[in-house]
Amino acid sequence: MASAGGAAPFWRAAGMTYITYTNICANLVRNCLKEPFKAEAMSREKVHFSLSKWVDGKPEKPTIRSEGSEH
Amino acid sequence: MFRRATTLLRQPLMGATSRRFSTDLPAAPVEDSTFVEAWKKVSPNVEAPKTPLAYMKPRPATPTSLPSKLTVNFVLPYASELSAKEVDMVIVPATTGQMGVLPGHVATIAELKPGVLSVHEGNDVTKYFISSGFAFIHANSVADIIAVEAVPVDRIDANLVQKGLQEFTQKLNSATTDLEKAEAQIGVDVHSALNSALTG
Repeated sequence: MASAGGAAPFWRAAGMTYITYTNICANLVRNCLKEPFKAEAMSREKVHFSLSKWVDGKPEKPTIRSEGSEH
Repeated sequence: MFRRATTLLRQPLMGATSRRFSTDLPAAPVEDSTFVEAWKKVSPNVEAPKTPLAYMKPRPATPTSLPSKLTVNFVLPYASELSAKEVDMVIVPATTGQMGVLPGHVATIAELKPGVLSVHEGNDVTKYFISSGFAFIHANSVADIIAVEAVPVDRIDANLVQKGLQEFTQKLNSATTDLEKAEAQIGVDVHSALNSALTG
């Protein structure tokens, strides 16, 4: 919480949202775990979603994004 | 911790009317009394249906005297680490520094930075490393701590932390765009916090 009025945290100033920041932090922490816990944690990182743009009220072909981590 | 001291000094101490004490809040009502009365006027023979308010667990009352224990709810997106656990104190890694929370703490919302959360119960101390999150402390001595990732400190691998720290320090030096610099800075912050969690 910035006590100096408008001073934003460095990641906000660089154009990153809080969610992006907190997901990066979580991924970095997961990468530093000891072995059996790391494997369990890796499964938590996976995101799987299908994205489709809408044009003129109709959805275009959806793209499926299935990634292991933020990037 | 003394952030609010200046705002409090600015307000004249006029008495209970101008400042809300934590003693003012009673327990949240279990049923909507105005609804029930209106119902009874219209159809006194039929029992009033329950509203959603009746199904919710009421918010615990804010006691007039200091409670002896702090109730902690520590949750993660995939699990509830601590659920309504009564403890003596928790120390949360707020962005403004390590903040100790005792029963009767003033209501606070704190953003957390990567660091160690320690839960003190009698003589036991349990430490978790939190990736980042928020801590909401309510006037009735209930603390809600939320984080995306939290691990007991003994699950952290020291070698990986060192490697990560070197890698991100290098990235920070060679970063060009603002975004790259920010990412590298986050990496350095998280790994240094992990390092101090392991050594401290």
